Amino acid sequence: MEKILEIKNLSMVFGGLRAIDNINIHINSGAITALIGPNGAGKTTLFNCITGVYKPTEGDIFIKRPGKNDQEKISGLKPHIINRKGLARTFQNIRLFSNMSVLENVMIGKHHKLKADIFGALFRDRKTREEEEKVVYDSYEILKKINLHKYVNEMARNLPYGAQRRLEIARALSTEPFLLLLDEPAAGMNPQETRELEDTINRLSTEENVTILLIEHDMGLVMNISEHIYVVDYGKLIAQGTPEQIKSNPDVIKAYLGE
Amino acid sequence: MKIKILKSGLIKSLKSTLWFSILLFPLLVMKITVKEGLAHVTYRWINLALIVPSALILSELWRYFLQKKGAGGNREGKNRGAVITRLIYGNKKIRNILLAASVILMATYPFYAGMYNTNVMISALIYIMLGLGLNIVLGLGGMLHLGHAAFFAVGAYTYGMFFRYAGQFFINAGISTGWMFWIAIPLGGIMAAVFGVLLSLPVLRLRGDYLAIVTLAFGEILRMILQNWGSVTGGATGISLIPRPWLFGINVTPRIAATYIYYIVFVFVILSIISVSRLENSRIGRAWEAMREDEIACQSMGIDLVRNKLTAFVLGSVWAGVAGVLFAAQTTYINPDSFTIWESILILCIVVLGGTGSISGVILGALIIKLLPEYMRAFAQYRLLFFGLALVLMMIFRPEGIIRKIRKVYTFPVDEIENKPAAEGNS
Amino acid sequence: MDYFIKLLLSGTAKGSIYALIALGYTMVYGIIKLINFAHGEIYMIGAFTALLVGGALQAAGMNPVFILLISTFCAVFLASAYGITMEKIAYKPLRAAPRLSVLISAIGMSMFLQNFVLLAQTEKYLSFPSFLPEFEFLKPIRGYINSTQFIILIVTTIVMILLTLLIKFTLIGKAMRATSQDREMAQLVGININNVITVTFIIGSATAAIGGILICSYMGQINYYIGFIAGIKAFVAAVLGGIGSIPGAVLGSFVLGWTESLGTGYISSDYEDSFAFIILILILTVKPSGILGRKENQKV
Repeated sequence: MEKILEIKNLSMVFGGLRAIDNINIHINSGAITALIGPNGAGKTTLFNCITGVYKPTEGDIFIKRPGKNDQEKISGLKPHIINRKGLARTFQNIRLFSNMSVLENVMIGKHHKLKADIFGALFRDRKTREEEEKVVYDSYEILKKINLHKYVNEMARNLPYGAQRRLEIARALSTEPFLLLLDEPAAGMNPQETRELEDTINRLSTEENVTILLIEHDMGLVMNISEHIYVVDYGKLIAQGTPEQIKSNPDVIKAYLGE
Repeated sequence: MKIKILKSGLIKSLKSTLWFSILLFPLLVMKITVKEGLAHVTYRWINLALIVPSALILSELWRYFLQKKGAGGNREGKNRGAVITRLIYGNKKIRNILLAASVILMATYPFYAGMYNTNVMISALIYIMLGLGLNIVLGLGGMLHLGHAAFFAVGAYTYGMFFRYAGQFFINAGISTGWMFWIAIPLGGIMAAVFGVLLSLPVLRLRGDYLAIVTLAFGEILRMILQNWGSVTGGATGISLIPRPWLFGINVTPRIAATYIYYIVFVFVILSIISVSRLENSRIGRAWEAMREDEIACQSMGIDLVRNKLTAFVLGSVWAGVAGVLFAAQTTYINPDSFTIWESILILCIVVLGGTGSISGVILGALIIKLLPEYMRAFAQYRLLFFGLALVLMMIFRPEGIIRKIRKVYTFPVDEIENKPAAEGNS
Repeated sequence: MDYFIKLLLSGTAKGSIYALIALGYTMVYGIIKLINFAHGEIYMIGAFTALLVGGALQAAGMNPVFILLISTFCAVFLASAYGITMEKIAYKPLRAAPRLSVLISAIGMSMFLQNFVLLAQTEKYLSFPSFLPEFEFLKPIRGYINSTQFIILIVTTIVMILLTLLIKFTLIGKAMRATSQDREMAQLVGININNVITVTFIIGSATAAIGGILICSYMGQINYYIGFIAGIKAFVAAVLGGIGSIPGAVLGSFVLGWTESLGTGYISSDYEDSFAFIILILILTVKPSGILGRKENQKV
């Protein structure tokens, strides 16, 4: 097993609050890993640090891209650079481009893979046209994978809630990540939607070779799909292990139920 | 029950009538004149008689429309403004006929409209260009830019000062000064781009509302420099006798000159429309829109925000710069008064009222804002009052503008969509 | 040195008036996160009302002290009324709308009010009769400070103290502070947001009206356009100090007043208005959160 993401001694301080307090975790290639913990434990903050939305106060984050031999440090880089290195995410409070169509949302993910510049756009030469055709086709293929293709031309904001969550995944996927970070993908979904989501995540992991790190409150989902679980509370890592180990861990039970 | 609702509504209206009467009394009924240090107040009671019924009617209407808006909920997103939009986009045939008709109408305009009307139309066309430029920044990029007129000024003064300092050289060399226009066009665009980059450096990191105020400040600083640095810019009197574009060396009458400039501007407008629509439907245009929708999500999808904002801002400025050169060529006289903050706000009105992000909306907006006051003289002095009110009402009742932007529809083999129903269907 | 002190004092007077206007900006921004473009217009309307009422009373031959009191009261009342009405019409229906829409609505409101006064009254500059008394005891130092400037300083100080007391110690003040920190949370603990917003607009408009009367007495003239430039400058002051922060607005206003005064005195009076804009661009480039402002963390 290769560590494709390694977080070392990471802390994030807002004013006097240590939202993340000296956390060390790592993700193995190909695994589905879950990050759980009570509300306000610092899970989303951790995501924001990994994806560059926040600059961590202390500590480092390293990735090892597939096909490369060395670890590279990503903490402190800008979000778009981190994304281009192969990390993509979804957002807890859906952040779609709501006035753009479903297909265009996915096409945005392909943006940095395309080459056309202003002159290409203005003169619409053959290369640009071919590139556009390809991106439309590729994006449509991604929508099919996530089973959203019937909405292609629908505006993102008009989609049902569950579909919006899946569109976030599709959009993240279109940036061709090796590590996908899902922030509460099942929030607000009904049981059937959650089951479908479970399938989708499993499929992404096996068929697309994407490593997955997810934050989730739906324990059923977490226990079903994850191979390894990290538990955080008050910004600290309080436990880690397989679902079975976590289920019986007294610290975890205490964190969730109080004392 | 119904009577009760009506009654409570009426009481509300009466209350607001009373409120507005108090509110408007000093400014609308009293009128002050000051002579030799002594204030003299006259009363215009007739206005009070006007305030009462209009306040009553308006407050009833206001509540009705607000209620309707509130009740509309999600549905309105689809229905709202469908009439005009459908008229224009609904039927491809009708749309093409309309398009062809308006192009022909516009292309032959100088032949049937007379010189005065042609000149009016030229300035409307120039404002279409300005609107299209701002549309890139505001409509696509979502950046509220209140200094657009400054870039218009950069273009106009590039031509003006080019003439002022290099004109003699051209005359001495025996080259018609009319040639200078053709050099000024790219030069104006380049200068506007340079200024655009300069302004972008400090402002692109800023949030929307700060951006608005900084661009406004930039516009005012530039105007003050133009106004006060008389030795270089001609100061408040500006620059006059700017040559018209070269036309086969013929010395033309003003009428023919107007026709000629009309066509130059017309061609530029057509080019602008094509360019903007191509940009919009390109990779770059999509990224601009995504940036407008959600900056954080946009970055997380690998888009470089700063670079994107910069291109939008600079391209918008280039358009304004070229429009400025055209403006200088049309009027042959420029001074700082043509480029005040209100000019920027008027261009904002064009984009917002016409339809943010929609090319046909911007065209319509420019025509309304430039032509209406010109042909309805009675309306002219109230125009800013109405445009201001229109901005407020538009934001509340129709934020997308008169003509809503139509999204491109992508088509795929039908069977793929139809024959594989999505699992969603049964949930 | 004399010249410098003189400039500094006139800058202080100017700064205190900017402070009166900047308060409205900063408070409204604190509560609803909106740059109220039309705030300058409220200030202009306040001054116009004082002129109208004062003129009418003067014609009736009333005692100058009463004229001053009544016209100030009317100006404060009407400006507040305009402030509330503006909020109800142009901003309240847009509570849930994107920030840009509200900002455009505010620009529209500014345009509307300006042209409304232009059409209802006049486009010319009117001379503004000074309702303010002359103080004998200032005679010896007349060269440095005149009565109007003195009154400006006194009034501003009183208003600032009252405002600070209001915000620190009253219930509505607490509600305002809570709302500006976290609107949703404030709502959850039972604060009526609409009331807070209304009160904010009343206070902002009232102080602006007082500022309007003072500056018009100082300059001796008024027209429909004075609100716009003064408004933008006051906004610059608010940003300079750190928008959302009340002491920041005051500090920023004085810094701006001094800069303008010294700038016009030592550099050139042609560019008087541009000092504010240059400061604005500088501060936003160097420290967008202002001198006393807190850095806003984006919520994701």
